Amino acid sequence: MSTGWSLFVIIVTFGMLAGFTWLVLNTRRIQDPDGGSKLNDHEFDGITELDTPMPDWFSFMFLASIAFAVIYLALYPGLGNFPGLLGWSAADALEQDQRRAEARHGPLFQRYLRTPVEELAEDPQAVRMGQRLFGNYCAQCHGSAAQGAPGFPNLTDGHWSWGGTPAQIRTTLVNGRQAAMPAWGPVLGDDGVADTTEFVLSLAGRDHDADAAERGSVHYQQLCVACHGPEGRGNTALGAGDLTTGVYLYGGSRETIATTLRQGRNGVMPAQRDVLDEARLHILTAYVYGLPKRHGASEPQ
Amino acid sequence: MPMLTHDRIERHTGLMVALILVVISFGGLVQILPLFSDRELTEPIEGMTPLTALELEGRDIYIREGCHVCHTQKIRALRTEVERYGHYSVAGEFVWDHPFMWGSKRTGPDLARVGGRYSDDWQLQHLYDPRSLVPESNMPAYPWLFEREVNNRHTARKLTVLRRLGVPYTDEQIETAADDVAGYTEAEALVAYLQTLGTAIPRR
Repeated sequence: MSTGWSLFVIIVTFGMLAGFTWLVLNTRRIQDPDGGSKLNDHEFDGITELDTPMPDWFSFMFLASIAFAVIYLALYPGLGNFPGLLGWSAADALEQDQRRAEARHGPLFQRYLRTPVEELAEDPQAVRMGQRLFGNYCAQCHGSAAQGAPGFPNLTDGHWSWGGTPAQIRTTLVNGRQAAMPAWGPVLGDDGVADTTEFVLSLAGRDHDADAAERGSVHYQQLCVACHGPEGRGNTALGAGDLTTGVYLYGGSRETIATTLRQGRNGVMPAQRDVLDEARLHILTAYVYGLPKRHGASEPQ
Repeated sequence: MPMLTHDRIERHTGLMVALILVVISFGGLVQILPLFSDRELTEPIEGMTPLTALELEGRDIYIREGCHVCHTQKIRALRTEVERYGHYSVAGEFVWDHPFMWGSKRTGPDLARVGGRYSDDWQLQHLYDPRSLVPESNMPAYPWLFEREVNNRHTARKLTVLRRLGVPYTDEQIETAADDVAGYTEAEALVAYLQTLGTAIPRR
């Protein structure tokens, strides 16, 4: 704020406070020199009105408010560029609060940072902290119980799109992930999609049309093998799903698998590096790493 | 000043109105007037770009559907808020918002920095059926946004008016505005807008 505006604010504010003070003092004066209340000079149908000033306690409340305003303006920023005698600012108050929190929680975070993920995943307090972090940063997509949703992986079943080692989980959190399954509809045509679907079903040992699957396996060897592998075991470096487990990110019905083949899938995990600091990333990594075990999944894959 | 006695003010309505106006206008003079010349409040933060035509149409859908009734777009300078949502909001982020979408009540979370937090797919699915992703959610579903295309009849006009209000749109942007949004669904426009929110400032 320029000095001119600052002065303007100060002058108008004090002018107003002075005006209020004068108004209160002026109107509380008893207007009858003999004291007591006098009658107003109007009368309607025999009804007259006393000209009684405000009771003293009421005027004192006004004066006390004005005094409060003066003290407040002296202590806190309010008068133009005058920062107030306390030097308070919202940004400073936030910073102090953050420092207090850091002093309180910092040592714990530091200790956790030095604890390996495998060990941290067994620490009940770290798990509880991880759960709170998960609730804020991950649950919107992965669900509050990490149960997932179509297109957003279930993290409790031990099936990892991008790998389940601590390092892989951390990379997923820090950098995010971008899957890229192309749309094969235009290449395969309707029949090709249907045949390949049958072959994909056969990879997981599910009910399928054997003849169609055989035709589909040709397409698979041409188009799918690069990412999903010759045996359909997927590739965690590319986020290509393991097609032998019967667990499907986008759903495993015949129609859904055909849709996936036809239009492709481009799942995105947003990067958290700008959102979370090192310690919180570490705790979350441990929380996610330990999820399958805590949910009794047979073994991490 | 014997002429300004209680008795006299009470009996002269015009005088009372004049004095009331003086008292009220002082508050406005002090609190509002100086803000117009405060650079911190009138200039955009560095690196901010105006919403594109599509994002702007998305913003209008945000307003039309009343998103601001349940979602604020203002992170206060409190530790808990900064931890949850990111850097507190600063005035320069809103100088091109006409009107701003601060809101006043959080039934859902604050959205001031929701841009980039979730993928486009998530946002679309979540608008179509929130409970398919967040079973506990009480947000309404907005399936009609997926059936309707953005109405581009007034898009260029909107940009022109905003330019008059100080948003630096170029002639070219205004010229191509209607074409830029043609063919997009309202849901896509809304998601494009959501993905811009708060991205001009690093989250931490």
